[in-house]
Amino acid sequence: MANAYTVLVVDDEPPIRRFLRTSLTAEGHRVVTAEDAAGALAALAAEKPDLIILDLGLPDRSGFEVIKQIRIRSPVPVIVLSARSDERSKVEALDLGADDYIGKPFGMAELTARIRAGLRHAFQAQGELSAFVSGDLMVDLVRRQVTREGREVRLSPKEFDLLRQFVTHAGKVLTHRHLLRAVWGPAQQGEVQYLRVCIRGLRQKLEPDATRPTHILTELGVGYRLQLPPEQRA
Amino acid sequence: MAERDTRPSPEALLDAARQEGRGRLKIFLGAAPGVGKTYEMLLSAQTKRREAVDVVIGIVETHGRRETEALLEGLEVIPRQQVDYKGHRLAEMDLDAILKRRPQLVLVDELAHTNAPGSRHPKRYLDVEELVAAGIDVYTTLNIQHVESLNDVVARITRIRVRETVPDSVLDQADDIEVVDLAPDDLIQRLREGKVYVPHQAERAVRHYFQPGNLTALRELALRRTAQRVDDQLLSHMRSHAIAGPWAAGERVLVCISEATNTPGLIRYARRAAERLHAPWTALYVETTRTQRLKDAERDRIAEYLRLAERLGASTITIPGRKIADEIIAYAEANNITQIVIGKSDRPRWFEILHGSVVHDLVRKTGPISVHVISAEGGEPAAPRSVVTRPRSEPFSAVPYAGSTGTVILALGIGELISRFVGFQSVSLVFLVAVLASAIAWGLWPSLFVGLLSVLAFNFFFIPPLYTFTIADPVNVVALFFFALVAVVVSNLMAATRSQIVAARARAKTTAELYSFSRKVAGIGTLDDLLWATAYQVSSMLKLSTVLLLPEQEGGRLGVASAYPPEDRLDEADMAAARWCWDHNHPTGRGSDTLPGGKWLFLPLRTGSGTVGVIGIERDAPGALLTPDERRLLDALADQVAVAIERISLARGLAEARVLAETERLRAALLTSISHDLRTPLASVLGTVSSLRHYADKYDAADRDELLATLESEAERLNRFVGNLLDMTRLESGAIELKLDLVDVAEIVGAALERAGGILAAHRVEVAVASDLPILRLDAILFEQVLFNLLDNAAKYSLPGSRIDLRAERDGEVVAIEVIDEGPGIPAGDLERIFDKFYRVQAQDRRRAGTGLGLAICRGFVEAQGGRIAAQNRRDRSGAILTVRIPVPEATEISGPVAADG
Repeated sequence: MANAYTVLVVDDEPPIRRFLRTSLTAEGHRVVTAEDAAGALAALAAEKPDLIILDLGLPDRSGFEVIKQIRIRSPVPVIVLSARSDERSKVEALDLGADDYIGKPFGMAELTARIRAGLRHAFQAQGELSAFVSGDLMVDLVRRQVTREGREVRLSPKEFDLLRQFVTHAGKVLTHRHLLRAVWGPAQQGEVQYLRVCIRGLRQKLEPDATRPTHILTELGVGYRLQLPPEQRA
Repeated sequence: MAERDTRPSPEALLDAARQEGRGRLKIFLGAAPGVGKTYEMLLSAQTKRREAVDVVIGIVETHGRRETEALLEGLEVIPRQQVDYKGHRLAEMDLDAILKRRPQLVLVDELAHTNAPGSRHPKRYLDVEELVAAGIDVYTTLNIQHVESLNDVVARITRIRVRETVPDSVLDQADDIEVVDLAPDDLIQRLREGKVYVPHQAERAVRHYFQPGNLTALRELALRRTAQRVDDQLLSHMRSHAIAGPWAAGERVLVCISEATNTPGLIRYARRAAERLHAPWTALYVETTRTQRLKDAERDRIAEYLRLAERLGASTITIPGRKIADEIIAYAEANNITQIVIGKSDRPRWFEILHGSVVHDLVRKTGPISVHVISAEGGEPAAPRSVVTRPRSEPFSAVPYAGSTGTVILALGIGELISRFVGFQSVSLVFLVAVLASAIAWGLWPSLFVGLLSVLAFNFFFIPPLYTFTIADPVNVVALFFFALVAVVVSNLMAATRSQIVAARARAKTTAELYSFSRKVAGIGTLDDLLWATAYQVSSMLKLSTVLLLPEQEGGRLGVASAYPPEDRLDEADMAAARWCWDHNHPTGRGSDTLPGGKWLFLPLRTGSGTVGVIGIERDAPGALLTPDERRLLDALADQVAVAIERISLARGLAEARVLAETERLRAALLTSISHDLRTPLASVLGTVSSLRHYADKYDAADRDELLATLESEAERLNRFVGNLLDMTRLESGAIELKLDLVDVAEIVGAALERAGGILAAHRVEVAVASDLPILRLDAILFEQVLFNLLDNAAKYSLPGSRIDLRAERDGEVVAIEVIDEGPGIPAGDLERIFDKFYRVQAQDRRRAGTGLGLAICRGFVEAQGGRIAAQNRRDRSGAILTVRIPVPEATEISGPVAADG
């Protein structure tokens, strides 16, 4: 990536800030850090970051509050850092407008992939993507056509609507709630089993091995994510 | 006896030498004819024959019994010798033929047999002695009634005297005695079936002989005689092998309880003696008519002494009887008592001459039993009566006297009626009946009263001149005098009998109450239940309020533990009395000699090892709380409760110790686990990092890569362990918040496989998830952790390159998920234990073992979600199968894509 993006790292732990600064600088980004909510909001105004990495456990204010504040001011992509087993706060953060999350502890490869996905959504055409190609899978939203290994796959209307959500937000984690609302409408929000069954159907049609999916990944307790094609991840 | 020399004693060695060169004599001893001695002897002989011993039959009487005859098969029989005697031909054992044949073992039935006149020996046992002396082993049979020293006893028991006897020395010299035992009932059954041969006896005599009582007595004789011989043999063996004591087998000590104040001394003496002898001991009290006349204090003492003996380990017994010495001897003989302890009487000489002395009688009549007479000195002063009890005599009541008068009037009427037909002298008998009836119904005083009335009435209405109290004929004066005398005697006799009956009934009631109480108490497992049951029982038996106080867990302060009617506290004064009772181990409170003004009476609950608590009683009515009998009952109840409390606290102590040990074990395991499982990866991380820092320039890219890979995998391992510890802690603290959701198992399997990818890289993983699995109600995160741990476990315990199978399919109302490896499997005994915390199967090649938490977490998580987890070993090859079963939710079962379009 040629042009340098500004990344704001908000974490109260100096070692985390230090290694993120080193790694992200090595990736070619400009890194700004803040150690609390106040510093983060100040840096948001002063530095105009292209992406924020936000730890949910801040000393002065809750991370959720910070997300709300950020969303009031800017549509900047926010990646949340949280404890791995804390699924509820992940979902809450996503519902409040965070774009993605990563569980502590994490590896750099994972983080940079998320950063790329976030930046990609922010800087590609804001309109809906019309097509998605990953390996042998091809989705054309305009012509409502899905092919796998060159052969056309017949999807039910709901399956197609679901796939459209994934393709539109490719690489991003989508919560159960988001998907239910988008595909089934607000009335069906609680019926998570519709989503499960529909996902199972999609996987059986799109994945070579439905139990080890490579396209539609499960984010346990949170939602699903359409895996970006390898060339866009690396 | 006190032979502590370590050399064998010379007599014992001589005895042994005498045995050299002689045959061995074995006697099959029976209690009565028909128990199967001959049969048993033949059975042993057949065994010997099979062991290639040269066995012949000298003489055996089968009495035509088929089973016995069958046993003769294969045994050589020495033909009998025919002896002519007064024209009869008698067949006797041929002694010379046997001696000439010289078998190793000869069978000679009926040792007590008398030989026909003209034989070499008059008695068969002499034949046997000759055979044994000649070096031939002999098996023979003998009934206990033929043993000389027991002849008298047997005759007394059975009233049949046998003339054929065998000296005890024969029995004593036998090398072996085998008692052929048969229960009396079985023997009688055999007799009825005609299986017992009894020669030339009148049938009635036979029937008398084979009574269960007789047979039991005979059986005991046989067993005891043998036991005595066994004792002797043991002694002889110990002597000849110079084994130091205890030699006293079969000692039993009996201590006689009386109201005398030196009795505690006797009890302790008996206990010491019993301990020295390693013998059981018994405390005996003989209750005679005299007991009824004892003062309450004396009766209390007797009860107290019996309880003292019980606390010191004796079994106690009270038997009713007339003559104390006779009862003691009867009991001693019936129970194999070897030593009797009794107190020396301090009564004056004239008293003994008049009433006889128990001690003298005992010494004269006990025979082989030792009698220890302990002096009255050193007797403890009688404990002051510590609790006032209600007077025992019933308050005066007019009812018996009114009733008595009624009987006299009735007798008068009947007398008037019959005096018309018989002489007026006979009418006195009617009055006598009235006296008798009153004595039975109301006791001594009313019956004496009836006697007096009768004398007056008889005189007034029947003795001429009529209707005056004067008597004309001197003969009638004599008659009246004797009538009066008979009336008094009859009153006394009947009243004594009545009071005995009343006492016996009261004792039976008390015993029944105690029995039912102890039975209730015995079944109770928890202290609270026991205390509640006790308070309730005591209250209902004695009709008063009861409270039980026990030391509290912390601080040991006495507190109310239970009460009936329920009450949770006592006022300060009563509490002080209870504490005093606990501290001084002495009755306190109402009616006692300490703090007698209180509302409650407190008694200590004592066991052999100390005081365990305090029982308090209270009744609203004023005056003394208890009658002496009630007091004794309460004491007995208190003793039982004390023992029960002690039993339960001991059990609880044991359980607590066990829990403590288990906690200790877990804590140790946790420490080991943390120090090992945290430190090992940390050591790798620190080591790797520091070497990267210090030798950065010396590593090429490949080396650095390898080191960094190690760093990464060790850090991940650390992360997993911390995750496990966290999960375990959440499980233990109950902090698991289930977020049950309808989820697709296939999805969770995928997530677990994804996360375990690194761990499973070296294994071939085969996944078979049925495509039509129902949606399950699970916590996805927890369940993923379960699958992850199972996969991690499979990878850990099987070799790299081996195959791991993950299968999920529906099995009726559950979905079963199996993780199958090709490792060594699980030791059969550990299939359940592998789910225990910190349990690890020892890896054979000492590869990195697990943390011992993974499967424990699996079980905790699975069960929290309503499922089951189990382990088994593979049948087709080595390897383990871990199976998780999750029930299919009933109402919300949804499968297939149909609903997707809904």
